[in-house]
Amino acid sequence: MSDVVQGSKQGVSVSDAKRSGVTDAVLGFFANHYPAIFAVAGCVALWQFVVWFFAVPTFMAPSPVEVFYAFGENGAILWANLLPTLLEAFLGFIFGNLIAILLAVWFVYSSTAEKAFYPIAVIIKSIPIIALAPILVLIFGNGIAPKIIIAGLICFFPTLVNMVQGLKAASPAMLDLMRVLSASNSEVFWKVRLPASLPFLFAALKIAATSSVMGAIVAEWIGSSYGLGALIIEATYNFRSPLLYATVVIAAGLAVALFFVVSFIESKVVRWKPDAQH
Amino acid sequence: MSEMLGAAQMMQPVRHTEAAGSAVSVKNLHIRFGSKGSEFTALSDVSVEVPEGALVTMLGPSGCGKSTLLRAVADLVHVSDGSISVLGQPPKKAREGRDFAFVFQEATLLPWRSAIDNVSLPLEVGKHSSSQPTADPEEMLALVGLKGREKALPHELSGGMRQRVAIARALITRPRILLMDEPFGALDEITRDKLNEELLRLWQETGTTILFVTHSIPEAVFLGQYVLMLESHPGRVKEFMKVELPYPRKLAMRDTVEFIRITAKLRALLEEC
Ligand SMILES: Nc1ncnc2c1ncn2[C@@H]1O[C@H](COP(=O)(O)OP(=O)(O)OP(=O)(O)O)[C@@H](O)[C@H]1O
Ligand SMILES: [Mg+2]
Repeated sequence: MSDVVQGSKQGVSVSDAKRSGVTDAVLGFFANHYPAIFAVAGCVALWQFVVWFFAVPTFMAPSPVEVFYAFGENGAILWANLLPTLLEAFLGFIFGNLIAILLAVWFVYSSTAEKAFYPIAVIIKSIPIIALAPILVLIFGNGIAPKIIIAGLICFFPTLVNMVQGLKAASPAMLDLMRVLSASNSEVFWKVRLPASLPFLFAALKIAATSSVMGAIVAEWIGSSYGLGALIIEATYNFRSPLLYATVVIAAGLAVALFFVVSFIESKVVRWKPDAQH
Repeated sequence: MSEMLGAAQMMQPVRHTEAAGSAVSVKNLHIRFGSKGSEFTALSDVSVEVPEGALVTMLGPSGCGKSTLLRAVADLVHVSDGSISVLGQPPKKAREGRDFAFVFQEATLLPWRSAIDNVSLPLEVGKHSSSQPTADPEEMLALVGLKGREKALPHELSGGMRQRVAIARALITRPRILLMDEPFGALDEITRDKLNEELLRLWQETGTTILFVTHSIPEAVFLGQYVLMLESHPGRVKEFMKVELPYPRKLAMRDTVEFIRITAKLRALLEEC
């Protein structure tokens, strides 16, 4: 806990120099999003009011203020459980998407491979993740492996579908152009097909960023003693509702943070308009 | 556009090795699409000789096979029967030797590349000998009047500008033959007129052989040293005629009696197709 506080204090002093820039950014953000901010604030206020007005017991539904205090009281626990979940989600995201991308490349160049393995991918996708988790825990034990696999599996399918579509998105005219230039297959891939697929890929990666967190948490529900998923289960069984709510907020925050990281990278990488020709 | 006047001089004349030879020679060409049974004949027994350094415009009703003929010369469609020779070689050899460049109806720029990077694409791909003379991408962009827009992405350029980038890209390898499939079809008339004049100047200064498909009879007559007319069902040669108008041609020439006589004759021919 003390580490965390120190860390954030350091952060403030470093960014002091950029204070005005940060203030501008905050003001700009507020100016752009004030309807959403007011709506969220309204919902929280309503929640507080309902809990207070009907005197709802804390174990059933804590008030926002109680949840807020739960962050402070359980800061160390939340932080300790956030890191493993982040690690699982991140590794699952990397491996799931990497395998999906490589498979998509193979599918695009070999229709036999596509015909053979696409149905299997669909079948795997159709198995409910929650049903897959116990199976993987039985096979791989209680460690980090089954969590990474589930987080990866949940990323895998949308990326595969989008990447196959993206790699086929290069217009026939562009491929004609490359042929007139006698470009090799690998040149066509690196200079046309891959760049043309990036908007499709990032659309999938944004979905994967949030669902990888979900996958990691679901995996932690089954036979795990750490992670946000395990914390959710534990807090529920012990009627520690404010902690439960705080954990849910952290989990959502983690997913949103990953989403914005991917969006940011996308805005740096994909700077063109896909339909420039028309 | 005026900067193009001076810039055009930067284009060095293409070396003519076999003077007055045939740039493109098409003999008894048949092109059929589809599989046996549901075959469709796009071109039937087409024979054309394009002299080196000539500017041939191609006219014909929609779907008669103009694009198909051009694409066959460029080794983009499979030849069913007959033969094509490009500078004395099969189209595949000519393609690999970068003897021709193709300008499509749409600019087909890579949207993630800036104007200058699109122009230099031909220098980055394909195996081409380093002895082959190439032009400087910046010079090429200046030649088509896009100095200062080097870093612009395609979606930041107008349709006419994009097409000019595509032309600069085609010229960068200093091809001996330019194949152009309705390159100005999507442009407004004023831009089109300007680019027509520039194309003529470029042709006269470089000696490049040009095959130019168009839907516009005036454009075909204004540009063409020869007009090749195809008719459809199946696609075949209707007429191959020399345009008896002197170069250099100015836009005002389109109002002369002689010009109008030729366009009228072609229009009558086209109606028969
Ligand atoms: N890849 C293909 N597969 C099957 N049929 C084709 C193919 N390409 C062209 N065709 C057919 O060949 C015929 C000639 O087409 P082509 O595109 O050469 O016509 P065009 O003269 O260029 O027409 P337009 O003036 O409209 O551009 C058309 O009937 C077309 O449907
Ligand atoms: Mg056509």
